[in-house]
Amino acid sequence: MDKGKAVMGAGRRWAVDFSDQSTVPSSRDILDPPGFSRVSPEQDDSATSRQKKDAEANWKLQKAWEVAQSPFKNLMMMGFMMWMAGNTVHLFSIGITFSALWQPLSALQSVGKVFEPFKDNKVELLMPKLVFLALNLGGLALGIWKLNTLGLLPTHASDWVSSLPPPQEVEHSGGGFAFH
Amino acid sequence: MAMALRLYLLLIVFVSSAIVSFSLYEDQVGLMDWHQRYIGKVKHAVFHTQKTGRKRVIVSTEENVVASLDLRHGEIFWRHVLGTKDAIDGVDIALGKCKESCLDVPNTVFAFTLMYHRSMLRAWNLPDGQMVWETSLHSAQHSKSLLSVPVNLKFDKDYSILVFGGGYLHAVSPIDGELLWKKDFTAEGFEVQRVLQPLESSIVYVLGFLHSSEAIVYQIDSKSGEVVAEKSKAFPGRFSGEISAVSNDKVVVLDSTRSILVTISFVDGEISFQKTLISSLVEDSGEAEILSPLLSNMLAVKVNKRTIFVRVGDQGKLEMVDSLSDETAMSDSLPVADDQVAFASVHHEGSKIHLTVKLVDDLDTVLLRESIQMDQHRGRVDRVFINNYIKTDRSNGFRALIVMEDHSLLLLQQGAIVWSREEGLASVTDVTTAELPVEKDGVSVAKVEHTLVDWLKGHILKLKGSLLLASPEDVVAIQEMRMKSSGRSKLTRDHNGFRKLFIALTRAGKLFALHTGDGRIVWSTLLNSPACARPSGISLYQWQVPHHHAMDENPSVLVVGRCGSDSSSPGVLSFVDVYTGKEISSSDIGHSVVQVMPLPLFTDSTEQRLHLIADTDGHVHLYPKTPEALGIFQREFQNVYWYNVEGDDGIIRGHGMKSSCAGETADEYCFTTRELWTVVFPSESEKIISTLTRKPNEVVHTQAKVSTDQDVLYKYVSRNLLFVATVSPKGAGEIGSVTPEESALVVYLIDTVTGRILHRLSHQGCQGPVHAVFSENWVVYHYFNLRAHKYEVTVVEIYDQSRAENKNVWKLVLGKHNLTAPISSYSRPEMFTKSQSYFFPQSVKTIAVTSTAKGITSKQLLIGTIGDQILALDKRFVDPRRTLNPSQAEKEEGIIPLTDSLPIIPQSYITHSLKVEGLRGIVTAPAKLESTTHVFAYGVDLFYTRLAPSKTYDSLTDDFSYALLLITIVALVAAIYITWALSEKKELSEKWR
Repeated sequence: MDKGKAVMGAGRRWAVDFSDQSTVPSSRDILDPPGFSRVSPEQDDSATSRQKKDAEANWKLQKAWEVAQSPFKNLMMMGFMMWMAGNTVHLFSIGITFSALWQPLSALQSVGKVFEPFKDNKVELLMPKLVFLALNLGGLALGIWKLNTLGLLPTHASDWVSSLPPPQEVEHSGGGFAFH
Repeated sequence: MAMALRLYLLLIVFVSSAIVSFSLYEDQVGLMDWHQRYIGKVKHAVFHTQKTGRKRVIVSTEENVVASLDLRHGEIFWRHVLGTKDAIDGVDIALGKCKESCLDVPNTVFAFTLMYHRSMLRAWNLPDGQMVWETSLHSAQHSKSLLSVPVNLKFDKDYSILVFGGGYLHAVSPIDGELLWKKDFTAEGFEVQRVLQPLESSIVYVLGFLHSSEAIVYQIDSKSGEVVAEKSKAFPGRFSGEISAVSNDKVVVLDSTRSILVTISFVDGEISFQKTLISSLVEDSGEAEILSPLLSNMLAVKVNKRTIFVRVGDQGKLEMVDSLSDETAMSDSLPVADDQVAFASVHHEGSKIHLTVKLVDDLDTVLLRESIQMDQHRGRVDRVFINNYIKTDRSNGFRALIVMEDHSLLLLQQGAIVWSREEGLASVTDVTTAELPVEKDGVSVAKVEHTLVDWLKGHILKLKGSLLLASPEDVVAIQEMRMKSSGRSKLTRDHNGFRKLFIALTRAGKLFALHTGDGRIVWSTLLNSPACARPSGISLYQWQVPHHHAMDENPSVLVVGRCGSDSSSPGVLSFVDVYTGKEISSSDIGHSVVQVMPLPLFTDSTEQRLHLIADTDGHVHLYPKTPEALGIFQREFQNVYWYNVEGDDGIIRGHGMKSSCAGETADEYCFTTRELWTVVFPSESEKIISTLTRKPNEVVHTQAKVSTDQDVLYKYVSRNLLFVATVSPKGAGEIGSVTPEESALVVYLIDTVTGRILHRLSHQGCQGPVHAVFSENWVVYHYFNLRAHKYEVTVVEIYDQSRAENKNVWKLVLGKHNLTAPISSYSRPEMFTKSQSYFFPQSVKTIAVTSTAKGITSKQLLIGTIGDQILALDKRFVDPRRTLNPSQAEKEEGIIPLTDSLPIIPQSYITHSLKVEGLRGIVTAPAKLESTTHVFAYGVDLFYTRLAPSKTYDSLTDDFSYALLLITIVALVAAIYITWALSEKKELSEKWR
């Protein structure tokens, strides 16, 4: 996110410079001569600003797509790590699995924040957001699948009956050899 | 920070070295376990006090033990526990110097024992108890055996020990046990009664009765065994078996009417009878009984609960010289100085006993009269053995060894009890556990034994030990400290449930409460009954175990006893308070006791447990007799069943409750039963040798058994299962008495409600005895395989097929299953079993299984081996899922590759180096801590230990060093501070640079 902001700030300064140079070739340190009113032609001005805004929106969309696709890399890496970790329960595999679960979850929580800088009337953020969500959900699914392969999910009948006490018996019987 | 890390790592290494491993270390012996050695009720005692040095007494007991006891302290010098069938018939000692021919031991003194069952004569070396020789005598038949050792035996060829046993008279050389000669007396109808060997005579008299009506005296030359003369004389009437030898040529016999005493004298081989009516000696006549003490020229006769002394005159004339009240015990006569013979008698008066030593010839001369305060809970005096010693003033002193009714053994000397041994504990018949009182505020029994300094000192010592810095003296001090750990023997409940009472019922009808911490007797009580003097105890049940009112109500146990030895004799119920040992009440219930069925699920509002007692008429009686209990019982009336096993006929009968027996008696707590089913085993091919059920109080944690591939098997856990083992009648005898083709062992699992045979398994060519253990859904049993000539152990696990359908996870998540619904035996559950057999290298006396509070901890089998040790074997070794090559997943689950025999790992003997001599039973009881179980083994010896089958996963071990932990933390904090200060300083100097 920080990276995105920095890019945007720099972009704006550069845009202003460019327009200044196109309209006022002289240095801005010198005052305008008396009687000279700096009035730029109206249509020209509006055209530039529209152009400017379009560029910005394009750029924002591009960046948003980049952000949306970023979990994919993560996903691949996670998959590799999981494969490395194996299917037995120990410290390493549990750590990997829980980080695989935690990362998508935290990303999903902050989905609004991630895409906030790209918020714009003209930018359609729905698709990147959906992709971002889908990829993160994919990561989460991978984590859950891993959890299951580790046998930590109660998906078997045995997980639900292993603590059931034996049933009560209706009848009661006693006896044996007679005392002698 | 790196430094702190290093320090921390170092400390971690130290801490981990303090963690103990599973098997026991030498210094842990005695921390959790205790062992007590006993000998049993004394039958014969022979004193050995002639020599200076250690005075001792040789005893033989009803538990078949020969032992040498220290007369000063009552400790056991040496002890030999013989087999259960090897009853000892006689013990005698012979003093004498060994000549060159006999072994290397100089100055040997022998103790001879004669065993009834196998007719063996054994000689033991007196100082150290080593067996010197053993002679097996001919034993064609079992008959009473007699041992006769000449008084002045010398270790010479001329002298011989005469032994009558198995119908033969044997003369055995005392030097090496060689059989010198033997004489056959196995003639039809002939019964040898006495073997007499007059002093300084080479003639041995053998007196016997032919068909109980003719007396025959054989005179035998003691050197050669030739019959010198034989005389017989018919008796008009019949003899009873009771006989008393009063002198070397006279015996007194009781005739079969028990009203006439007959003096038989055989001076010079001439037999003469002289009859005396008992009514002529004493006014109130009745059935008489000759008492066993051997008195010279006198005999003791018990008539109408009185003991009378009858002197035998020279001509065989009888006259009464004294009479005593019934409660009198007498010793044999003992020669004291100057041809005088004395005997001791002990009688009770209130809480005191009076010991009197008199001369036999002159009953008015009292050599000793002492009164000793005696504990009421020892009962009456049963046997007396006396011994004399010369005091410093040259007069005779006497010491008396007395055996009380509760089997305890006491030595009396100079009016005081010198020592006592609780020998009743050698014959424990039933054991149950009980809780100790809850520690109440302000009345704490424990004292604050440790000041802070002591505590610190102790911990520093421990620390030294764990850091391997302790000197040998320190090690001793540490060991002593651990042994005496204050918490062990407190008389209050503890958090972990390690302190408990084991209540033991002995054959003598005495209850003992033993503390698990140190094995001491907390209380003991002898059962009483209003109906009969001394009821015999049968069994022991937990009667009231308060949980809701644990602070103000005491738990109690129920002791079921019986007046008399017959099964139809009336029963006695005693209720004993566990905390105090006081008998709360004792009632004569007026009906016989055949079986007792605790109904563990039903308790009344005061938490008394309901019990049903079946009598010989097929009625059952409900206890406690309260309307509330009756109400509870009537609600469950239709669901209560009982069964009885008739071992002789090979029939098991099941009964259901029918109605109240109001028609026959007015007793509303009595119910009639009706027979519902019978299982008849064909008598020509099967004989019941063993039956077994689960322990009624066993806790099972789960009904499911999860296999490696997450599959579920449902255990068939039922209290109403009976394991029955039968063998072919031919194979019921000793191992090896039949060929493999003739013998087969069949085991059954029978539902005792419906009588349905759930499982039957036949082992061809196998033989009993069968020792089995039944827990949860499995049975493990031990038997002999005649084909393989090896013992085998088989495990059978029972699973419920009808519940196996419950596999849908969603139904289970939503609770839509019938797994917790009450089940009925009438629903005909389908079941299947898994079983596997293994060889087992040892013969077994008993098998038990560990039990824990919640049943989560894995189980261990406790196998009492023939060597009187207890082996702990993980249940994992007897698991039918074992295969030759378990998969990786199975290995991870802990399945052991299948082997043909079960391993015996020497470290897993929980008795370590000790032996529980004469082991008869093992009892386990859960502690409060789930991982831990109490184990109590009884036989002639007692042994207790605490076991953690899966190690103590829920607590720190006893020797965990808290000081070390504390020091580690302190050191770490200090290290953090120091390194922090150092780094600050360094940073500062960097900044200044």
